[in-house]
Amino acid sequence: MSQSLASVEPPPTEPPAGGGEGAPVRKIEGRSPWRLGLERLVRDRAAMISLGVIVIIVLVAILAPVIAAITGHGPNQTFQSIGLTAIGQPKGPNATFLLGTDDQGRDIMVRIAYGARISLIVGVLATALTVAVGAIVGLIAGYFGGVTDSILARFMDWLLAIPFLLFAISLVTIIGAGLTVVIIVIGFFGWASVGRIVRGQVLSIKEREFVEAARALGSGPWRIMFIDILPNVIAPIIVYSTLLIPLSIVTEASLSFLGVGIPAPTADWGQMISASQSVYQYGAWWYLVFPSAALLITTLAFNIFGDGVRDAFDPRGDQLFV
Amino acid sequence: MSNQSEAPVASLATDHAADGDVLLKVENLVKYFPVASTSLFSRRRDFVHAVEGVSLEVRRGQTLGLVGETGCGKSTLARCIMRLYDITSGKITFDGHDITKLSRGRMRPLRRDMQMIFQDPYGSLNPRRRVGSIIGDPFAIQGIADGADRKKKVQEVMELVGLNPEHYNRFPAEFSGGQRQRIGVARALAVRPKLIICDEPVSALDVSIQAQIINLLADLQQEFGLTYIFIAHDLSVVRHVSDRVAVMYLGQISESAPTRELWHHPRHPYTDALLSAVPVPNPEAADQRERIILVGDVPSPVAPPSGCRFHPRCPKAAPTCVDTEPELIARLGDGPEHLTKCHFPVEDGEDISLAKPTIGAENRVVETGILAGGDVVLPEALTAEADTKEEA
Amino acid sequence: MALLEVNDLRVSFRTPDGIVQAVRGLSFDVDTGKTLGIVGESGSGKSVSTQTIMGLVRGARVSGTALFEGQDLLTMGSRDLQRVRGAEVGMIFQDPLSSLHPYYKVGWQIGEMIRQHDKSVSKSEARKRAVDLLRLVGIPQPDRRVDDYPHQFSGGMRQRAMIAMAMALNPKLLIADEPTTALDVTVQAQVLQVMKTLQEEFGTAIIMITHDLGVIADIADEVIVMYAGAVMERAGRRAIFYENHHPYTEGLLQSLPGYGDDRERLLPIPGSPPSLINLPSGCPFHPRCPYVMDRCKTDVPELAPVGGDVTHLSACWLPHDMDARNARRKDVIGHAEPAPAEALAGAEAAGGEA
Repeated sequence: MSQSLASVEPPPTEPPAGGGEGAPVRKIEGRSPWRLGLERLVRDRAAMISLGVIVIIVLVAILAPVIAAITGHGPNQTFQSIGLTAIGQPKGPNATFLLGTDDQGRDIMVRIAYGARISLIVGVLATALTVAVGAIVGLIAGYFGGVTDSILARFMDWLLAIPFLLFAISLVTIIGAGLTVVIIVIGFFGWASVGRIVRGQVLSIKEREFVEAARALGSGPWRIMFIDILPNVIAPIIVYSTLLIPLSIVTEASLSFLGVGIPAPTADWGQMISASQSVYQYGAWWYLVFPSAALLITTLAFNIFGDGVRDAFDPRGDQLFV
Repeated sequence: MSNQSEAPVASLATDHAADGDVLLKVENLVKYFPVASTSLFSRRRDFVHAVEGVSLEVRRGQTLGLVGETGCGKSTLARCIMRLYDITSGKITFDGHDITKLSRGRMRPLRRDMQMIFQDPYGSLNPRRRVGSIIGDPFAIQGIADGADRKKKVQEVMELVGLNPEHYNRFPAEFSGGQRQRIGVARALAVRPKLIICDEPVSALDVSIQAQIINLLADLQQEFGLTYIFIAHDLSVVRHVSDRVAVMYLGQISESAPTRELWHHPRHPYTDALLSAVPVPNPEAADQRERIILVGDVPSPVAPPSGCRFHPRCPKAAPTCVDTEPELIARLGDGPEHLTKCHFPVEDGEDISLAKPTIGAENRVVETGILAGGDVVLPEALTAEADTKEEA
Repeated sequence: MALLEVNDLRVSFRTPDGIVQAVRGLSFDVDTGKTLGIVGESGSGKSVSTQTIMGLVRGARVSGTALFEGQDLLTMGSRDLQRVRGAEVGMIFQDPLSSLHPYYKVGWQIGEMIRQHDKSVSKSEARKRAVDLLRLVGIPQPDRRVDDYPHQFSGGMRQRAMIAMAMALNPKLLIADEPTTALDVTVQAQVLQVMKTLQEEFGTAIIMITHDLGVIADIADEVIVMYAGAVMERAGRRAIFYENHHPYTEGLLQSLPGYGDDRERLLPIPGSPPSLINLPSGCPFHPRCPYVMDRCKTDVPELAPVGGDVTHLSACWLPHDMDARNARRKDVIGHAEPAPAEALAGAEAAGGEA
């Protein structure tokens, strides 16, 4: 019985053979917005190269113990005799220590590999925390509006006005340094910028007709926020995340540089850069250069990749940031 | 609002006899939107008088057409009925329940019976959700079906509206405009409502696709005994689908009647002008008919005119029209089904393009230039150029 | 010689998915003082063709000729084309809010256009002309409104202001691309009336692009029906409505609720318009045509006269003799469905205005 309605006219979704949409020859339409974005991304050479670099860095981080095993040098192992010169200065790159040693005779290459772990973990986790909190707060503020929005938006503005480093230093000093603390500190100050962006997006999305349609169906506000609105702000969130990761990495490095990040003796790039200052004047350039280069390459790779992601998923650019 | 008689209405869209019992009743619905006042400290609030005292009834199984131009309030009225807005005053009774002030929670089960189809096939579907999920929404929200059962029901309704059920996992962008509108219809139809409000469902579609959707809606109405409120600005479409038509102007119903009756005996000058302005795809008819060209544009609903709201543009305006708001009642001996809100309704055979308003120029819009009739005064520059071109 | 002669215009675009053939062999002419209506649905190529002729399209591959008073607009240098635009050919678009600059006063925009083409006109003179033009098209209090911004005008007023701007230099040809689609029906009537009167007074030729056959019936002298980038039928106004040959024209008319008498069901054209990248072989309409024959799937029909009348052309393999064609129509439809003319006569008696 119900078939009769559809069969009164030929099925309009598939026009008869002979070309046009859905022709078996080649499907032109029919790609989801994600597929389209992905295809654009793959075509972007710069983005793909930087993705490759990121993959290498991740591999280095994962395989850090392997590198330690191959060279026979642990990350915290000091080699007083073979690692330092006669007067106790670091040795430059040589056959045993490919990237040289630091002021305590430790293998810089191995330490850089282990440092990559810290940077990546902090980068990704802190960003994840930032984004999660920011997205939820932004959704709530944007959708509910009114008093809720006023309070949350003002709170976010306040957070953004706080001088980050001063507070970060204070917090770490009070709570004590460590990986978790660093992640929380970075996340705590970062979520407000994500929140503002998400809020802005939500303000415009909630006026769109499909949201009205959801309300007409009887959908409650939480369902609308997470099932209807969230998928539409995920694209800008993802893009912003790929740019937040390098920011988190550098922030962590800065904190460690200042001595309020990851405590010694854990291998950490920021820390290494900081420590290298004391021996740089004696000519130990490798101790400064190699960790800095690692930081630079990592940050650059994420930045370029992030640009590529933004260009691919939001080619018009104007929709992304209010 | 007068009592509706049980007389069967000339039906174009349905061929089963009208049930006669009233599914939806709206009484004196008023909806104002506040407008931010221009001055920072002013206490006076301006309001957009979007809907001003609308009363109507829709009977089960019928289609009520709602027409009007920009600013007439038809879309706002629809959303008020759907309780997407809270109304300023008035009463809405749906299927015997007073839904005027129901909370969202109490409203939800009733929403199963009252659904809406939107105008924009591109905007009314979430671009980031799959079609199966979109159509499955009503089931999820009403708690009717889950998992595999829901999928089955969604695919059933997809087939009903002429979509390929295998496209369950596609995104809206992968469909054409007409197909997207079918998705919207499927979503509205999914939980078998009693009433569907169609807000300009075919306006954004190509002409050849419009007819497909109109037929689909008609078929569904027959199959499921649906009741429609059909909002459109295209009078030919409204005429085709409706049993009754209500014409709205500036937030009020200016005339309502059974469809054929409205077209053959329009009583309100606005209706008359509207009908004469509709382009017909028929050169002979186009050449022969009288042209009633209205002056000016629809005024802003923020400060509606006094008395009869149409008086500034009405070819028949008289001083009464400026002072007194007419009632929506049957006039000129029409039956109780044909209501007109006008002091001087149009008689059969009257040509209002010949009428002259008897109110002062301060109360009406005066057309200038080409549309003022009489001789066209050409700007000097243009005639000078025309002359030089002729000489060249 | 016709005012504008377009011959075998072809426009295509390269996209990552393939080559979009937007216009495939369009030819028409427009005479002074006449109105040509171009009818088509989305994707028919109706807008792209005129935009290409006026040089408003970038990145397209164009071939063919468009002779305006003997000069080919498609090969003209950009300076010459700029001179033609505005002074010889005026254009009106669908949405005046996006085609009028939102940040400049309306009067200023009109005045600037005048001065662009004639440097000798002073600012005050240009403003005076702008006021005159606004008064001509019926904008009330033009001396005040000339200093308003586009958003302060209502939709109908904006469109009239656009017409004023297009007419400012008394162009010989006015191209109107869906000028009334976004307007209310009573406002549409006003705008069409303004256009018709201007045409009478100034002898302007008009190309009216629209999907609305009602507007065509009202204003056009000659009509072109486009589908998938090509012309399906070309004929005078009456012929298109009462003696149409091409099944697409017939299908379009029959799917209209306003056409013919009141019926229970409309007769839509099944299916949807084709992709302009993967066009069907042979006649582009064949997948949806009720009269399709084998030949239609392989050979592209050319425009040929119908019933020996060179002013009525149709690109269809059905016999061009109208009786033979109607006989085949009866075969296909099966029963005696009233032919369009009869249905319309029925409509006159039963419906229409009071």
